[in-house]
Order: sequence, then structure tokens, then C-alpha cells
Amino acid sequence: MSSILNMVAQRIGLGILLLVVVSIIIFLGVELLPGDIAEEILGQTATPETVEALRRQLGLNLPPHTRYFHWLANILQGDFGTSLANGREISGMIKYRLGNTFFLAAVAALTSIPLALIFGLLTALYRNSLFDRTVNVITLTAISAPEFFIAYILILVFSVNLGWLPSLSNVDADTEFWERLRRVVLPAFTLTSVVLAYMMRMVRASIINLLASDYIEMANLKGMAKARIVLHHALPNAWAPIATVIAFTLAYLIVGVVVVEVVFVYPGLGQLIVDSVSKRDIPVVQGCSLIFAATYILLNLTADVVSIVSNPRLLHPK
Amino acid sequence: MKEINHYLSMLEHGAISRREFMGRALALGVTVTGATAMLPRYAQAAPKKGGRLRYGLTGGASSDTIDPALLTTFTFNISSGQIRNCLTEIAADGGLIGELAESWEASPDAKVWTFKLRQGVEFHNGKTLTVTDVIESINYHRGEDSTSGAKATLSGVTDIKAGGKNEIVFTMGSGNADFPYLLAEYQLVICPAKAGGGIDWQSGIGTGGYVLDSFEPGVKALSHRNKNYWKEGHAHFDEIESLFIPDATARTTALQTGEIDVMTSVDLKTVNRLERVSGINIIKTTGNKHVTLPMHTNKSPYSDNNLRLALKHSIDREQWLKFIVKGYGEIGNDIPLGPANIYRASTDEIPQHSYDPDKARHYLKKAGYDSIDLQIWASDVAFEGGVIDAAQLYSETAKKSGINLEVVRHPADGYWSNVWGKKPFMCSYWNGRPTEDAIFSLVYSANEDGPSGWNDTLWSHDRFNELLLLARSELDTTVRRGQYLEMQRILHDEGGAIIPLFLSYVAAASDKVHLPDQMSANWELDGTKCTERWWFK
Repeated sequence: MSSILNMVAQRIGLGILLLVVVSIIIFLGVELLPGDIAEEILGQTATPETVEALRRQLGLNLPPHTRYFHWLANILQGDFGTSLANGREISGMIKYRLGNTFFLAAVAALTSIPLALIFGLLTALYRNSLFDRTVNVITLTAISAPEFFIAYILILVFSVNLGWLPSLSNVDADTEFWERLRRVVLPAFTLTSVVLAYMMRMVRASIINLLASDYIEMANLKGMAKARIVLHHALPNAWAPIATVIAFTLAYLIVGVVVVEVVFVYPGLGQLIVDSVSKRDIPVVQGCSLIFAATYILLNLTADVVSIVSNPRLLHPK
Repeated sequence: MKEINHYLSMLEHGAISRREFMGRALALGVTVTGATAMLPRYAQAAPKKGGRLRYGLTGGASSDTIDPALLTTFTFNISSGQIRNCLTEIAADGGLIGELAESWEASPDAKVWTFKLRQGVEFHNGKTLTVTDVIESINYHRGEDSTSGAKATLSGVTDIKAGGKNEIVFTMGSGNADFPYLLAEYQLVICPAKAGGGIDWQSGIGTGGYVLDSFEPGVKALSHRNKNYWKEGHAHFDEIESLFIPDATARTTALQTGEIDVMTSVDLKTVNRLERVSGINIIKTTGNKHVTLPMHTNKSPYSDNNLRLALKHSIDREQWLKFIVKGYGEIGNDIPLGPANIYRASTDEIPQHSYDPDKARHYLKKAGYDSIDLQIWASDVAFEGGVIDAAQLYSETAKKSGINLEVVRHPADGYWSNVWGKKPFMCSYWNGRPTEDAIFSLVYSANEDGPSGWNDTLWSHDRFNELLLLARSELDTTVRRGQYLEMQRILHDEGGAIIPLFLSYVAAASDKVHLPDQMSANWELDGTKCTERWWFK
């Protein structure tokens, strides 16, 4: 067990280093973009004098490395700083949207992961049957269509034609739980249809792979029930790749859903980072990136821990 | 008069709506007051109070702020439409009325303007409006550190001070007959002054018809009716929910499914379908917003006026109107004055530039070319409607006269900072200004220091600049009309901007919303005042 704790500690240490590297890359990236926040905010109304004045007010006349280290020093004290564009506390802006992002990701994950497991197992068991082919065709079609297209189709059917669900998911802090759930049904459904095929096929492939091995054949020969073979003998050995693909899917659900946010007008983190990049609002971009990067690192770590714990050979190395 | 009677009877039998009647009456040359007076049996519908107006807006971002110096279209709707007032206001008929100012008068040379402040107006927090609030609010946009878009508007003002009781005196370096119009500019809203100087915009406290409850940038704002609103007979909704919905399809479905009551910026590609949806009214107002294709007149080959004229004659404006904006607009004549300007020349006074490949070729020859390769920069954000399609259409029609126009597509990101003012020929737009002087001096003027900050054609014309100053301080409207006519002629014949179209503001509303017969066209949604001029039936 101590080896796991060691690994976790090591990974977290590396993760923090990685976060610093990410923040430097993001900072340089945004710096390299043409134009700066003063020009972007003032847009077409910019005149040389007003651009200069805004730059002075925002401290953009300082050299880049000074601004970066200033930001880093604040972050180390837990201060995300304020947005250059509107002077608001970045932690407040992120908190408001992060909760929404997590909520949508959770709803999508809670529908898509069980579905992926169930359909993955069933299609593996009844592979090449009509059922297998039908499920595959449907899920692969869904993953091949762009998100916004699926979203528009869902809106057309469930909002415009049937009138069952709202087309806007504009939740706010006062929205109560059930109303919030009702408002995210369509976006969560869209996301589910996008991520389902990937996870399901991964489960299916891992199980099929294992079903071909000798010990499964042994179990078959001694007349064990199919369900018992799959659930008790095949599945435990398939957890590692499944955990990895689930972790990646979760990460995607948290960081990559900006298109769905726009179509359903859902106030998530994706829209914030896109707006901030286009306005060159570096502190906000960096705050969001840190959260995204940390999400990836933590989820990968979790996937690794699950793989190790589920595999006695890794858990007790000789 | 026969036709009017015909329409009146149609109205009586319910064949046309009041709104349609007004439209047709106006088309016959009847004034609004006249047409309204013809409706004795249809007394003006009395405003009804109540309801929660939910409107879907555009032009925002999660970086938005309600700082009057840095408003976006979204926050402008909140600032002017809900929480704050200016000194003056553009009324529904396009005329100027006092808002927080009760009256005003000018010195004979139009250099000193004295505004009398309305009495007994209170801010949302109960504080009484004073002259200091006004002075601080205006000064906020002046001075070295100002980042405001209104800085240029106020550049002529040399001094602002308190006059007699409740009076504010503005002094200008040179006369400006239009000054009261400038004070209706959206940045120049009045906020409460802070004790140590400056203004408090952060709290959102103003004198407007609605009190701001919450504002989440790039998401939504909520406000409720100011029970104490000084403006009689305005602001009828109980609550306003302003939603930022950037995606046109999401806006349209939200309106269709009753999630919102009003939307702005109807997608022109699908407007013809939306027109047929029952329960939805399309609102079209054409003001001064226009498309412009500015050329840098100080750079070869655009420095040659013959080439500019060749380009002006090789664009097919009719097709732009028909295909690019689906009829939601008006044809432009390379003059930046729109239907909402007073001194706009008619096409009898200045003939319409139209698509004429032969004429274009003639001017091209005069400029010394048989054919020429040029580039025009375009991006989806350059104006509403299909910008790239429009540029390609131009490129096709220009080919006939030997002009090979390559359309250079630029991403939306960075278009204003990297293309506008930097590339010699590009697509752009202006929201237009209520006065001739404002648009001429902001975009087409030059002084001894060179072209003005927003002069995107880098144009400098001595006679034009001379007339600009003369007309600015001219209080005699006939003389002024002549001066503006000459300026328009100069722009038309020699200016560096092709102005092919005036763009309508196209909004849509559920038929539960009562729409007034006349709406101001200076900005979208009745000049953003829909919140106080409209109501639920």
C-alpha cells in the first residue's frame, strides 16, 4: 500500500511542476497572439490615446516577465487576481462557472458511464449479433456527427416540436436542483451521445480480448454461467483500460464542452476561457488553464491508481 | 387621401394591423402625428403594467463590465435601457428630447451651452440627483486617463462647471450647434458622484426605470422596476431578465419556444422563414448603421480618385441588398448619413452611384490601368450578414470591369486590431451617429495633426474640413443645409469609403409584446429603450 502512497505523492509533486510549466506556456502563447487586451476591449472604438491610457491602467507597460512573476507570486498565496477586462475577482468568476461545469459533467458522466459499461458488456457477449451491430451503428453515428448538430436536432425535437424540455440551459445560483436538472437534460444528452461510443467500444474491446484467453475458456468448459464469467472473471481484469478511458472522458466533459455551452447558453467554464483568450485577458486564461490542467492531472492519477489497485501484479511487485 | 381611407377601412375590418396602417400611412407621406390623429376610434392602447420581460441580446462576453467607458452592446442595453439616463434622449420619432436635462440653451456662437437639470430626480438608493453627479459623470470620459469611446466625442469641450441653481455650463473651443445630441451618446450616462471625485459605476446605481439586482458578465442580468421612476408613463415591466445569447439559432429557438419574449439580431439567412412563424413579429428599424469599405486614400493605388470611382461603380448594391441582407436595409450612396440624419441629401440632389461596369472601366482607364489586381480584407465580424459572401459577390461584379479583387479572409479574432486601420482596403461598419457633425468629424475629418483617430480612410480634404467647422457652429438651418450638402457631394465624389448599404436593426418579439407604432432607429430595440417604451398586452 505504501508504494501507492509514494506514487501518488510523486505524481502530485510532478503535477505541480507541470502546472507551472503549463502556466508559462499559456502566458507565452497569449503574449504571442497579435493585439493586446487594450486593443481588444476598445475594439473599433480604439484610438491611440485611449489604448495607451488603458495599457497604463492595466499595467501592460511592464515587461512580460515582471507580470508573469507577479502573477505567480499571487497564485502561490492563493490569490487568482482580478480580471484585466472587468476588474472582477477571478476566483469568483471561476467558482460560479466551475460549479456549473462540474454539474453538467457529472450528469453526463452518470448517464454515459453506466450505459457504456452495460452496452459494452452486452455487445461483447453478443458480438456480431444484430444487437451488437445496431448499437454500434447508432453510437458511431452519434460520435461522428458534430456536437452542435446533435444539439440542434435535440432542440428541434424536444423543445420546438414536442415542447417537453427547455432549449435554454441558463441556470444561475438560485436555480433549484430539479429545475437545474431539467435544464441540463438536453446538453447532458448531447454530451452522452458524443462520448458513449468511445467508452463503450473500449469496454467491448477489452472484454472481447479477455474472453479469448485460456482461463475464460476453462470457465466456459466447466459450464459456468455466461454472466458470471463476464462479471467475475473477465471484468476485473479489464478495469485498467476502462478506468483510463473513463478518466479521459471525464476530463473531456469538464474541459471540452464549449460548443455545447454556446448552443444551450449554459454558463460553464469553457465560454469563459474562450472569451478571455479572445480578449487577451491573461490572468483569467491562466486561472482557467490551471484548473483544466489540474483536472487532467488528477483524473489521470486516479486512473493510474485504479489500474494498480485492480491489478495484484502491479499492487504487489516482486 | 383616397388610399388613406381605403387603409382606414381595411384597419376597421381587421385586414391590416394598426402597425401596418401606420407604416402605409407614413409611406403615403402622412406624418406620425397625422396618422395617429386619424385613429379616433382606436384610441392609443393604454400601457399595461406587469410581467417579466426576458430578452435575448448579443454583443457581450464574460469580460463585460458596466463601466460607462467600456460598454459593449450587451451592457449598453442594461446601462441605457434599464438602469441609467443621459442628459438628453433620442425620442421614438428620432427627435431630441430632454432626459435628465429639462431644457437647454446656447450662446449665439454655440460655444457655451447651459443645461437646466430636472428637479427631484432620485437615484435608486434615494440620493437626489445633483449638478455634481452630472459634472463628474461627463468628466469621467475626459482627460488624460480616459479610456472611453466618448473621449473623442467630448474633445471639443474645454470646460464644464456648475452654473446658477441646477445649471450645468459646457464651454467649447469652437461652436457646436449639435452639442445636445452628443449628450445622448450611450457612454454619457449619469452615475452618482463619489465623495472624493469620480463616479460610482460599480454598484449599478442610476436614475433609470429599473434597479439592477444582479449582473453576471457574459451570462445575464436581472433588474426590477424602479417604483420611484421620475419618467411618467414609462417602464411598465415588473422585472427584466437580460440574457446574453450569442448563438443565432439558440436565440431563435428560445423565442419560438417561449423561453424569451424579444430577441435582437435576427439571423438574416433565416429571417424569411421566421417571418412565417405565427406568434412572432419581426421588427425592422433602419437608422444610421452602415456598411463601409474604407480605402486608405494616402496609399497607392487608392490615392488616385479615379480608381476609387472605378471601385464605387463596380459594386452591385442592389444585389447586396437583396442577397446579403435579404432586403433588411437600404442602398447607400457612399455618404455616411442615414435615414435618421436630418440633412441627408436625396438622390435628386446627389445622383445614386450604381453598378456600371462600363463607367468603372472608364475610370480605371483614366487611372492608367487596363486591369488591376487588388485585395480586400474581410471577416465575419466586419458587419452583420454574410460578409465573406458579400465580398465575393463584389469580387465577381468587379471582374467585369477589369478589377481582380481577391478576398482575404481574416479570423474574427483580432480583426479590429490587425486589419482595421492597417490594411488599405477592407470591410467594416459604423453604427452611425445621430448628427452629421459627429460622423463627419469622427470618421472623415483631419486637422493640422493629420486625420482624426477613427478616420479609417486616412482622408484629408481641405474644403471638407473647412466646411465642417463652419457648419458645426452654424445655427441657421438653411445655410447649414447647404454646407452639409456640399460636404456630402465631396464625400460622394472623392471620399475613400464605399458605403453600399445601410443596415436595419432586425429584432423579433413574441406577439404578447405590445410594439409601438414608431420606434427610434438610432440603436437596436427602440434605441435600447424597449424596456421603458414597450409592454405586455
